[in-house]
Amino acid sequence: MKVLVPVKRVIDYNVKARVKADQTGVDLANVKMSMNPFDEIAVEEAVRLKEGKEHHAAGTASEIVVVSIGVTQAQETIRTALAMGADRGLLIQSDADLEPLAVARLLKAVVDEEKPDLVLMGKQSIDGDNNAVGQMLAALLDWPQATFAGKLVIADGKATVTREVDGGLQTVAATLPAVVTVDLRLNTPRYASLPNIMKAKKKEIAVKAVADYGVDTAPRLKVLKVTEPPKRAGGIKVTDAADLVAKLKTAGVL
Amino acid sequence: MAVLVIADRDGNTVRDTTHKTVTAALKLSGDVDILVIGQGSKAAADAAAKIAGVRKVLLAESAGLGHQLAEAVEATVVGLAGGYDAILSPATTDGKNFMPRIAAKLDVAPISDIVEVVSPDTFTRPIYAGNALETIQTSDAKKVITVRPTAFDAAGEGGSASVETVTGADAGKSAFVSEEMVKSDRPELGAAKIVVSGGRALGSAEEFHAVMDPLADKLGAAVGASRAAVDAGYAPNDYQVGQTGKVVAPALYIAIGISGAIQHLAGMKDSKIIVAINKDADAPIFQVADYGWVADYKTAVPELMKALG
Repeated sequence: MKVLVPVKRVIDYNVKARVKADQTGVDLANVKMSMNPFDEIAVEEAVRLKEGKEHHAAGTASEIVVVSIGVTQAQETIRTALAMGADRGLLIQSDADLEPLAVARLLKAVVDEEKPDLVLMGKQSIDGDNNAVGQMLAALLDWPQATFAGKLVIADGKATVTREVDGGLQTVAATLPAVVTVDLRLNTPRYASLPNIMKAKKKEIAVKAVADYGVDTAPRLKVLKVTEPPKRAGGIKVTDAADLVAKLKTAGVL
Repeated sequence: MAVLVIADRDGNTVRDTTHKTVTAALKLSGDVDILVIGQGSKAAADAAAKIAGVRKVLLAESAGLGHQLAEAVEATVVGLAGGYDAILSPATTDGKNFMPRIAAKLDVAPISDIVEVVSPDTFTRPIYAGNALETIQTSDAKKVITVRPTAFDAAGEGGSASVETVTGADAGKSAFVSEEMVKSDRPELGAAKIVVSGGRALGSAEEFHAVMDPLADKLGAAVGASRAAVDAGYAPNDYQVGQTGKVVAPALYIAIGISGAIQHLAGMKDSKIIVAINKDADAPIFQVADYGWVADYKTAVPELMKALG
């Protein structure tokens, strides 16, 4: 089974995003960038499918292709995935910040070319927080989708996915080929070992341009402004329970 | 301009996330219909028909729709989309699952998790885990939008819309296997008026429940947890409040032993009153708390229980 894993280069999750003074966006100059954490989990699961770790049979995945759409430096993100155990990479170079619909269309073109049996990807990127590309890719391909995976089992031509939903867990079975988007608790991604980092340097990364795919990536949305959320003023300190309860009663919440 | 709201069905009724989404929809247009999806949903459709300001309720039933599978919901909604300029759903896990799929089928750029309707084509939504808000204008003629329920007031009751039956689609290439919903006598985390949340300071699952459960029961509150507490195994996954868990905005939020990481604050900072109990006076949670109490939870919580009577 061939697995395609789309990955995105985003602001590191430990860095606090700062809004630019001119309200045009978030300041990413000299900010640490990393692989989107949900995508890292998708790469890890794909590698486990290949290695036969946890409940997966060895060789469930035969080849893992990693694709990223973004700036030249996104090659580093692909390289990280290769060091974790993916086989080869593809960068579709774009300096524009593409919308989910455009990304889904480009990924569909990649799927048409690569013909994977499974697309495994993060449920959302931690910059735009749209939580949309996986579902949109599934729709464009007319494939079934299983989102927010907390557990994945591949057997009998199906992806059986336990989904993290409001109020509990839901298990669905999607006939392959399918798109599965992953949630935080699916696994804990590994750190690449030094020998694997060295090996990854020899793995192939093909570089293409958005124009090579001939799909419409024109934006539909115009960002009018990006602002800081309203700040909550810190309140007052209390030193005993009776005082706290009295204040909460006055505020009308008890 | 007509708007279709996809209801968040709960057995024989609809959750108040539906009422909140209707409030957002009414800012787009006075012609708001509700679509209730699922097998055996007549009672839920009748409940939706009572929401004030609703023109009519559409009821789509089929075996595949019982569990809101994305493929079946998409096929059903796309079939109805011709009659609407905007389709809205609450940003629940169901809505987040099927709405982008519907958008792609309609060749529309979806707009996720809006917290404000600026005008019928302009919306505000949080990005970067709530550390920034973007205001975006769409050029799509049709709009597909998920609504963050905590950002809108619930539409009232008192409507008397008619209920019409429409064709429901089947799921096709995906099938429901099972579900495991957490049963609790306490209010649901997303809908509770009071939420008490525990953090990593509680140290173990036994301690978490020993401290949090009696306090929640005394206050009639839902129990939440920080991601640190969930990751440490002290509390189940669905307790998690934060950007990667649930976004809550109760009247009263009591954070116990929670330091206040950015991702936790993103999930609760819209609460009306925030109380923080933490022995570390420098914990960031105090920067957003209306009432901060620098104390060890081990002594503070029993005192609080006593003071509550």
